[in-house]
Amino acid sequence: MELAIHTEVSEHAHQDMYSHSFSHKVTAQGVDVFYGEKQALKNVNLDIPSNMVTALIGPSGCGKSTFLRCLNRMNDVVDGCRVQGHIKLDGQDIYARGVDVVHLRARVGMVFQKPNPFPKSIYDNIAYGPRIHGLAKNRTDLDEIVLTSLDKAGLLAEVRDRLEAPGTGLSGGQQQRLCIARAIAVEPEVILMDEPCSALDPIATAKIEELIDELKQNYTIIMVTHSMQQAARVSQKTAFFHLGELVEEGDTTDIFTKPVDERTQAYVTGRIG
Amino acid sequence: MEHDHIVTSFDEDLGRLDSVIAEMGGLAERQLADAVKALCRRDVELAQKVIDTDKRIDDLEEEIDNFTIRVLALRQPMADDLRAVVVALKMASNLERIGDYAKNIAKRTLTLSSMDPVGNATSTIQRMAHQVQSMIQNVLDAYGAHDIAKADDVRIRDEEVDLMHTSLFRELLTYMLEDPRDITACTHLLFVAKNIERIGDHVTSIAENVHFLVSGEMPTDERPKSDLSSETVVAEG
Repeated sequence: MELAIHTEVSEHAHQDMYSHSFSHKVTAQGVDVFYGEKQALKNVNLDIPSNMVTALIGPSGCGKSTFLRCLNRMNDVVDGCRVQGHIKLDGQDIYARGVDVVHLRARVGMVFQKPNPFPKSIYDNIAYGPRIHGLAKNRTDLDEIVLTSLDKAGLLAEVRDRLEAPGTGLSGGQQQRLCIARAIAVEPEVILMDEPCSALDPIATAKIEELIDELKQNYTIIMVTHSMQQAARVSQKTAFFHLGELVEEGDTTDIFTKPVDERTQAYVTGRIG
Repeated sequence: MEHDHIVTSFDEDLGRLDSVIAEMGGLAERQLADAVKALCRRDVELAQKVIDTDKRIDDLEEEIDNFTIRVLALRQPMADDLRAVVVALKMASNLERIGDYAKNIAKRTLTLSSMDPVGNATSTIQRMAHQVQSMIQNVLDAYGAHDIAKADDVRIRDEEVDLMHTSLFRELLTYMLEDPRDITACTHLLFVAKNIERIGDHVTSIAENVHFLVSGEMPTDERPKSDLSSETVVAEG
């Protein structure tokens, strides 16, 4: 009996690569900020992609809120504050001469840490912006804007039957959604959020996070947060600031699973704060 | 890894994960060594000891499972901490499987010890096992030292195990054709060889996880594969 033993093999190599493409809504180039003598931001360069949530993280005093406030020139009202470098919205320098700051702040809205509704009715809280910016031709238009804004902010179902009640009578989470509705009412392109959930309980926080996720379809959102879990949950891009420097920025997944810089690594794992 | 979290008990958790994995790894390596030693020496007592000791590896895996779930829930680890916890969980599963294969070799040894020895198949099995044991040692060293080069080297060396497995497969087929009375023993030996080959695959998987632990990326290049036993046929002429 003669034996022959044969073997055959075929090999397959596969590659799965994918790439993103997106445009930048806001770009910061060489931004320095000084409060008097003290330099709060050092040469920050950051591109903010359109229709995404960008989270700014870092320990207290790292400059993340300062950077956020540069994006709609909120720092203009801070005594002794100087901003150098270029910040562009759709390619236009927002610090250029002749820029109408009121108009800029309508395009770049802001939601603060503590819900701050006006001491007015729910209706008037929303209607205030569209009125002063002349966005409504008549009462019907204005009603439409108020209802649509409340709906987009996920609050309409809860307040539909009490639009004339004071905004300050709502719960903390509802007040924050009211402030988001107020920001949306003037048709902004960018929404800045400075720790929007820090004063809220976990359920109200989850509702805001769900809302942020929906809003990114229509707006570019930039959010400062102290909760790394929140940054990981809601943002697509994360920028880490430390001692006034932008240390690292990139896809949120990368920042939280395999950051490149040792300082980012130390911060996200709880080694420095 | 530098252990200097602001919350020091988190360091203790991660340190404990490392030490349980080290204990499990050392145990798995010794189980394989003992199982193959029992096979070659036809040592029924040692084989029984391997079978009994497997419970300890299973217990350690359960300990790692429970502990990692606790760490994930309570610490919400990020970046290299997250990778350390996830890799420990996966390694524990690999090491538990290695223990199972060693136990299966020991069970077959009990059966084979009452049969006539076949050719010198056990010496090839011994060589294969030595290779795999040294891979286990090296991958555990690579894990302990976060040594990516060492982990990658282990990954490449699995090819030698595959080659030995293919050659052993052919050898055993030949014995069976020569004397059908050896078919029962040879079939058991085929499973023993397959078990060792599978252990090699689990070691490779651990090596890939060590690579991920250190770099944050899984190795992307195809590693050389030479286990051709599944395509091996006997042609009579």
